[in-house]
Amino acid sequence: MEQYVFWPTAVLALASALLMLFSTNAVHSALALVVNFFTLAVFYILLDAPFLAAVQVIVYAGAIMVLFLFVIMLLGVDRQESLLETIKGQRVAAFALAGVLAAIVVFTLRTAFDQTPFAGLEQANRAGNTEGIGRLLFSRYVWPFEVTALLLIVATIGATVIGKRRASRDAVAQETADVSEENA
Amino acid sequence: MIAPAQYLALAGMLFILGSLGVLIRRNVIVVFMSIELMLNAVNLTLVTFSKMHGDLNGQVLAFFVIVVAAAEVVVGLAIIVSIFRRRQTASVDDARLLKW
Amino acid sequence: MVALAQTTAAPIVEFAWLIPAFPLLGFVMITFFGKRMGRASGPVATTMMIGAFVVSAIAFFQMIDLPADERSFTETLYSWIAAGSLEVSVSYLIDQLTVVMLLIVTGVGAAIHLYSVGYMRGDIREPRYFSYLNLFAFSMLVLVMADNFLVLFVGWELVGLCSYLLIGHWFEQRENATAAKKAFVVNRVGDLSFLIGIFLIVATVGSLDYAAVFGGAGGAIGTATATAIALLLFGGAVGKSAQIPLYVWLPDAMAGPTPVSALIHAATMVTAGVYMVARSAALFDIAPAAGDVVAWIGVATALLAGLIAVAQDDIKKVLAYSTVSQLGFMFVAVGVGAYATGVFHLTTHAFFKALLFLGAGSVMHALGNRTDITQMGGLWRKIPWTMVTFVAGWLAIIGFPFTSGFFSKDHILEAAYGAGENAIWILALVATVLTGFYMTRLVYLTFFGPSRVSEGIHPHESPPSMVFPLVLLAVGSLGMGFLGASPEAGRFQTFIAPATSSEIWHVEVGSSVGGTEGAEQHDILTGFPHREGGLSAGALSTMATVAGLGGALLALFMYGGRRFDWQARRERPSMVWQTVRNKLYVDDVYQFVFTGLGKVGATTLAYVVDLKIIDGAVNNIGVLTARLAGIGRKVQTGFVRSYALAIVGGTVILIGLLLGRTYA
Repeated sequence: MEQYVFWPTAVLALASALLMLFSTNAVHSALALVVNFFTLAVFYILLDAPFLAAVQVIVYAGAIMVLFLFVIMLLGVDRQESLLETIKGQRVAAFALAGVLAAIVVFTLRTAFDQTPFAGLEQANRAGNTEGIGRLLFSRYVWPFEVTALLLIVATIGATVIGKRRASRDAVAQETADVSEENA
Repeated sequence: MIAPAQYLALAGMLFILGSLGVLIRRNVIVVFMSIELMLNAVNLTLVTFSKMHGDLNGQVLAFFVIVVAAAEVVVGLAIIVSIFRRRQTASVDDARLLKW
Repeated sequence: MVALAQTTAAPIVEFAWLIPAFPLLGFVMITFFGKRMGRASGPVATTMMIGAFVVSAIAFFQMIDLPADERSFTETLYSWIAAGSLEVSVSYLIDQLTVVMLLIVTGVGAAIHLYSVGYMRGDIREPRYFSYLNLFAFSMLVLVMADNFLVLFVGWELVGLCSYLLIGHWFEQRENATAAKKAFVVNRVGDLSFLIGIFLIVATVGSLDYAAVFGGAGGAIGTATATAIALLLFGGAVGKSAQIPLYVWLPDAMAGPTPVSALIHAATMVTAGVYMVARSAALFDIAPAAGDVVAWIGVATALLAGLIAVAQDDIKKVLAYSTVSQLGFMFVAVGVGAYATGVFHLTTHAFFKALLFLGAGSVMHALGNRTDITQMGGLWRKIPWTMVTFVAGWLAIIGFPFTSGFFSKDHILEAAYGAGENAIWILALVATVLTGFYMTRLVYLTFFGPSRVSEGIHPHESPPSMVFPLVLLAVGSLGMGFLGASPEAGRFQTFIAPATSSEIWHVEVGSSVGGTEGAEQHDILTGFPHREGGLSAGALSTMATVAGLGGALLALFMYGGRRFDWQARRERPSMVWQTVRNKLYVDDVYQFVFTGLGKVGATTLAYVVDLKIIDGAVNNIGVLTARLAGIGRKVQTGFVRSYALAIVGGTVILIGLLLGRTYA
C-alpha cells in the first residue's frame, strides 16, 4: 500500500527538481521547488514524522519559498538567462561529477535494497510524534534549541540592516550618533 | 514494504540535482534554491535514519536544519538584494574581482 | 749502559733556556723600538747572538766535563696539550747533538750578524732585517732544542716563515716577493708530509716525545709503520733541505740579502732536515728501506745540482746549487747509517759555505751588487782579503787535503762504500768531480784571469765588520777537520755518537742495525758502516781527493788556459749547455704542471662550476618557482562556480577514498 504512495510521489519529486533546475524563468523554478517541498512533506508522513511534515509545509513551502518569490518579484531577477556557458568545461565537469556521485550512491546502496528493514517508530511515537520530539528537544537538545533561537534573532537583525537602502542606513547611523552625543 | 534504501537513493538523487544546480546555473536566486534543495535532501535522509533506528534524534536534527536554513535564507536574500541594488546584475559570474 | 736524559744535577739545564731567550728578546726589542734604534738595531741583534753563543759555549764546556754516558738532559717548561691520551709539553733536550747544533747556529749566526751590520748599512729597512734575523735564530734554536716532534715542528714552521720574510726583504721588486712565496709554498708541500708523519706517530705510538717514539722504536712500531713514518718525516726534510723534487726554491731564494743566504740557506735552516734525520736515527735504523730512499735521493740531488751549477753565471746561484748538492751528500751519509758523519759534514759545510756566501757578498759589495761572473775577473789584487778567505773556502769544499771539507767529504764516500752501496759511491764520486769543477770555475772567473769588469766600476775591499767574520770562518774551514779526522775515532764523532745511537733510547735493535748486505758491519760506538775486504780507507780517501782535485784541474785547464775559448763558445751554445743552463727545465715543468694546470682548474671551477652550474642551479630554482607560480595562479579564476566545482570534485574524491577503505 505504501508503495502506491511512494512511487508516484518519488517521480513527482524528481520531476519537480529537474524542472526547477532547467527552467529559464526564475519564477517557474521557484514554483517547481514548492511542489518538491510538498512531495517531501508526503514522504515525512510516510516515514511517521507528521510534525516534521507540518513544519516543512509551514516553514519551508509557506515562508521560505514565499520569501524567495517576493525577492524575485521585487528585484525583477527573472530575466532570461543566456544558455551559453561562459566557463569552459564547466558543464562537462559538472555532469561528469554528477554521474560519478550517482554511481557512488547506487553502488553503496545496491545491496541494501533487500536488507535492512525499518525498525519502526511505534515505540518512539507512543505518546504522539509531537510529544516525542518535544521531549527530546527540551532535554537532550535544549542548548542547541536556545542557540538556534538566538541565531534567528541575529538573522533577523542582520537581514534588516543589510536590506536597508543606502540612504536610510546612513540616516539611521546619523540618528544613532546624534542620540549618543546627546546622552554623553 | 519500502526499504529505507529507496528513500536514501531518492535523497541522494535530489542532492545530486541540487549540486548540479549550484554548478550550472548562473542566476543567483536559482543557485540559492538549489542549495535549499540540497538541504532538504539531507533532511530526508535524516528522517529515514530516524525511522531506521527507531528513535527521534534524526527528526530533531532535521528540525534544526529547517530552522537554520530559514535563518540562512533570510540573511542570504538580504545580501542578494543589497548586491543587486548595487550592481544591477543577478549573475553569479559577475562577482569575479578576486582573480589572478 | 747509556742513561736516559736526567733532569738532576748539571746546571746546564737550568740556564739552557737562556739560549733561545736572547734572540727572542732581540726580536721583541727591535720590533717595538726599531724605529728609534735605527742603526743601533744591528749591534743589538749581534750582541744577543753573541750572548746566546757564550751560553752555548758554557753549556758545551760543562758537558764535556761529564762522563760520556751522562750527557743528556731534558727540562719541561710547561704542559701544552693534554687531550685525552695525548700529552705534549714544551720541553727541551740538551744532549751532544743539540750542543753541536747550538754552537753552529749561535756561532756562525753571530758571525753573520756582525757581517750584516756592515753589509746592510743604509738599507731601507735595516731594523726590520735584524729583528727577523733574530727571530730566525730563535726559531732555529727552538727546532734543535726540542724534546718532542711537535715543538720541533713549531720551530720548523717558524724558520720557514722567517725564510719567507727575509727572502722578500726587498719586496719592492716583484721577483723577490715571488721568490719568497715560492720558498714558502714549496716548503709547505714538504711540511704536509711531515705533518702526516706526526699524525702517524700519534696514531701508532700515542706520544710525540722523542723518548717515547725512539724508545718504542724497537717494540711497538713494526718495520712497515716505522718505514712509513720515516719516509713521511723525510718528506718534510726534502722540502726544508731542498732535495729532489722540492729543491727549486733554494736557487730562487738568492733574491734575498746575501747574509740571509749564508745563514739560512747554507748553514742552518736547510740543515734542519739533516738534523732531524740524525735525531731520528733510532727510527731510521729499524727502517732500512727508508734509509735507502734517503741515500738515493741524496746522491741524485748531489749529482743533479752539481751538474746545473756547472753552467750558472750568477755567483750566488752557483753557491746555491752547490748547497743543494752538499746537502745531498749529507743525506747520503745519514741514509747509510753514518749519522755522526753526516752531522760532521753539516758542521764543516756550515763554516765553508757561509764563508763562501759572505765572500760572494763581499765581492758584490765591491762591485756595486753585480753577480755575473762573466763580468768579473782579476779581482785578486783589488780585494785581497776577500780573495784569500774565499780561496780558503774553495779549498775546503773541493776537498783539498787536510782541510775540513777533505775529511768530512771523504768520510761520506767511505760510508757509502762501507755500507755496500757501490752505485751510490760511484755516483757520489762523480758529484765530487763536478764539485771540484764548478767551484774552481767560479773562483777562477771571479778573482783571476783578465779583468772583464765594466768601465767605471772600482772594486774596493769591504769594511772590517765584514772582513773579520770572513777570517773567522776561514780559520774554521781550514782547521776544523782535525776534530773529526777519523770517522770512527775522531773526537767529533765520538762526542756525538751516543746521541745518535739507538742505545740512548734503550732500544734492543739486535744484530740488524741497518744491515743490508751480509758483509756489512757497523762500528759499535758510532754506527759507521764498513765492509770486509774491499778497498782500504786510505785507498778510498785517495780516490775521493783525486776526484775533487781532478775536477778542479780540469776547470783550471778549460778556463785558465788559452786553448779553450769559453767566451766564444757562449755565442753558440750547444743544446746540452742550454739545457743545463736552464736548470734542466725543471722549474718550467713545475710551472706548467702545477701553476698552469692549477690555474686552468681554478678558472674552470670559478667560471664554469660556480658561475654556471651552482649559481645557475640556484637562480633556476627561482625561475622555476616563478614559472610554477605563474601556472599555479591560474587556479584563481574569480568564478564562484569554478570553486564550487572544485569543492564538489574534492568531495567526490573523499567519498571515493572512504568507500575504498570500507570495501577494499
